[in-house]
Amino acid sequence: MGEPLSETTPPRLTLRDVSKSFGAVAALQHVQLDLYPGEAHALVGENGAGKSTLVKVLAGVHAPDTGTLTLDGRSLTFAGPADALAAGVAVIYQEPTLFPDLSVAENIFIGRQPLRGMRRIDPDAMRAGCEKLFARLGVHLDPDRPARGLSIADQQLVEIAKALSYDARVLVMDEPTAALSGVEVERLFAVVRALRGSGAAILFISHRFDEVFSLCQRITVMRDGRWVSSDPTAELTVDQVVRRMVGRDVSSLFPKQDTEVREAILDVRGLTRQGLFEDVSFTVHRGEIVALAGLVGAGRSEVVRAVFGIDRYDAGEVHLNGRRLPKGKPAAAIAGGLALVPEDRRQQGLVMELSVERNATLTRRWSLARFGLLRRADESRSAREWARKLQVKAGRLSDPVSTLSGGNQQKVVLAKWLSTKPRVLIVDEPTRGIDIGTKAEVHRLLSQLAADGVAVVMVSSELPEVLGMADRVLVMHEGRLAREIPRERADEESVMFAATGQESSP
Amino acid sequence: MTTTNVEPPRQAGAVTPESRTRFTHRLFVARELSILIALAVLVTVTAVSNPRFLSAQSIRDILLGATILVVLAVGQTIIIITRNVDLSVGSLVGLVAFATGKLFLAAPDAPVVLAVAAGVALGAVCGAINGGLIAAARVPALVVTLGTLYVFRGVDFWWAQGQQINAADMPAGFLRLGTATVLGVPVLALVALAVLAAAGLYLRSYRSGRELYAIGSQPEAARLAGIGVGRRVFAAFVANGALAGLAGVLYAARFGTIDANAGTGLELQVIAAAVVGGVAIFGGSGTVWGAALGALLLTTISSSLAVLRINPFWQQAVVGALILAAIGLDRALAVRVAARLRERKARGN
Repeated sequence: MGEPLSETTPPRLTLRDVSKSFGAVAALQHVQLDLYPGEAHALVGENGAGKSTLVKVLAGVHAPDTGTLTLDGRSLTFAGPADALAAGVAVIYQEPTLFPDLSVAENIFIGRQPLRGMRRIDPDAMRAGCEKLFARLGVHLDPDRPARGLSIADQQLVEIAKALSYDARVLVMDEPTAALSGVEVERLFAVVRALRGSGAAILFISHRFDEVFSLCQRITVMRDGRWVSSDPTAELTVDQVVRRMVGRDVSSLFPKQDTEVREAILDVRGLTRQGLFEDVSFTVHRGEIVALAGLVGAGRSEVVRAVFGIDRYDAGEVHLNGRRLPKGKPAAAIAGGLALVPEDRRQQGLVMELSVERNATLTRRWSLARFGLLRRADESRSAREWARKLQVKAGRLSDPVSTLSGGNQQKVVLAKWLSTKPRVLIVDEPTRGIDIGTKAEVHRLLSQLAADGVAVVMVSSELPEVLGMADRVLVMHEGRLAREIPRERADEESVMFAATGQESSP
Repeated sequence: MTTTNVEPPRQAGAVTPESRTRFTHRLFVARELSILIALAVLVTVTAVSNPRFLSAQSIRDILLGATILVVLAVGQTIIIITRNVDLSVGSLVGLVAFATGKLFLAAPDAPVVLAVAAGVALGAVCGAINGGLIAAARVPALVVTLGTLYVFRGVDFWWAQGQQINAADMPAGFLRLGTATVLGVPVLALVALAVLAAAGLYLRSYRSGRELYAIGSQPEAARLAGIGVGRRVFAAFVANGALAGLAGVLYAARFGTIDANAGTGLELQVIAAAVVGGVAIFGGSGTVWGAALGALLLTTISSSLAVLRINPFWQQAVVGALILAAIGLDRALAVRVAARLRERKARGN
């Protein structure tokens, strides 16, 4: 399989010394990459390793600060996504980028619709083109239906059809299989192999090692925004790749203390919300960390939001400490000792323009107030205390929270909720987009909280985090609780199997 | 998604072409049909109480009255589809109407075509100012056009200095444009119909027209798809400005008497017409046909309230109720469509 990669074949696409920073955060540092025609090339790395930034550089979304991009021997600079598409670089993004109001066919052909007389769009030709693509992928979707309401998997299939329709010289796929079932993945791979045969270069990003090893001829590993290695697949083992991705021993990364599990405190029974999740039941005990794993869109965030009372639910009950929580009343949940650190800290967790101390004390504005008035000195004392406990690195606590790095912002959100002394802490993607050092601190903190008797529910898409931190793993698939896996038996395979809705073979 | 059979039977998610076209067709028709029904009910009720409401003259009056609103609603629809809004159109109409009067004061023999071209050009320039400010300052259109609403009106006042232009100041040939008919149909209504047909065709059948929907539907995805979002939105504002300019000339021809207050408050009527006509205020959906029907409905309401001798005060309340009803209807339709799509998917599995 390694034949097309002989020394004499010039690479189709080359990246040299590419760096990209966002403010103070260096997302890419001196990255290099060679893609050869007829090759499927895997790009692996942990979340936050810079893969998605690299994809956006290739797609023309981000202009690199330094470095060069060469395509078929010509040095190029992309001023925008249109340039990249025109040069023959098509991208399937991790999160689908469809237009919900347009039809499926138009989503695929937007800007390139087949034309008839007077440059009018030819709807019949467009539908036929769309059906041809779907036939190639073995997909049955109505080209005329609007994209709104498609399942994540179907949206991904439309994205794949769109990328195919470009007949690209370079096809970048950012976790295209994350939401697909086994059959769909097989069909996709058949198409990828056909494309490879016709001389396209494919960059394939995936967390599933079996896919990477069966599909790709070479593997590039990235870590913390840097290029680590590129080697032929045949010369690598899964263990080697994982070690390069993590760059350190896994156990030190996730300092989970063994704690004694105490009495049950949160009891969720038969929670259902039409179309989002169905019949979700679980119990959480004091002193344990329970991870809610699953694919994006499986309904995890929706469940915890309903438990906390932000969203309503149609059926089921939530019991906290033996008492039933009223539906849709976050205030009652907070009073009962529940805290929710939301997924999107910029939108839901923080008031970006307010100071660090204001944000940190937002949940305590009643208990801190005297005669109904908040005094700055009290706010500032409380904020200082928590900032010290969580080691928040901020210039001054009176600075707007938007000036902090992602990791430190997350600590402020945590401080805000921890200061309410919760008995059950729900964290949704607690370490998304924060640097590896702060990540470890957040993990240590969660572990410490569990040791102190707090029940922790952690929604996470990062498998290593789930496996490293959780005492129990609850796996959701398409709105249902698919499996519960205890720590001893939880591994990547068992969680991924359950998350993709496949029956695992024991 | 578990169509696991090697050769899935065709009913798995497969839709016959006939049922498919019916499905999308029905979606489109449902929204426009509801306005037509409302219009029919309104006309019937009014006509029963006063049969003269259906006389040729009365219908002509309504069509004439709706013309300016329809032209503006078409322009506004183009803007709203891209998830923007233009509040400055009322001031723009006033400014262009006054400029048209001034043109005829300066050159009484100017041909009508020149007046129309000048009005459209002035409108386009003002639209370009709107679009340019939005693109350059990266400020929401709502804020920018709220600003230019006052700026354009201010320029109008400064220019007019309290002056009023009367019908006597304008050539008869121009004023006849406001009342002339072809086969009994007012010329102004024909102009509006032509604008409507052109915009309708453009938005439905041209790539750049479909890109406007894409931009309003999901701006971020539009950028990733390589659509020049800034350029398209700018062009939309220029087009809307040009249409507002045309409306300003028509305003001058129809009313003849123009002062600096002409067209005040028109922008809200225009947006109301678009919303009643099913143009989603968050962009991405709606047709100019719907917006035009909305404009016709609003105009008919004011005439029929007069015929029914109902206090004009109620007109505001009725328009308000109509907007709320339209939003409610859109929501209900959206929910039903979502349920239908889910159902189809369930059957597909």
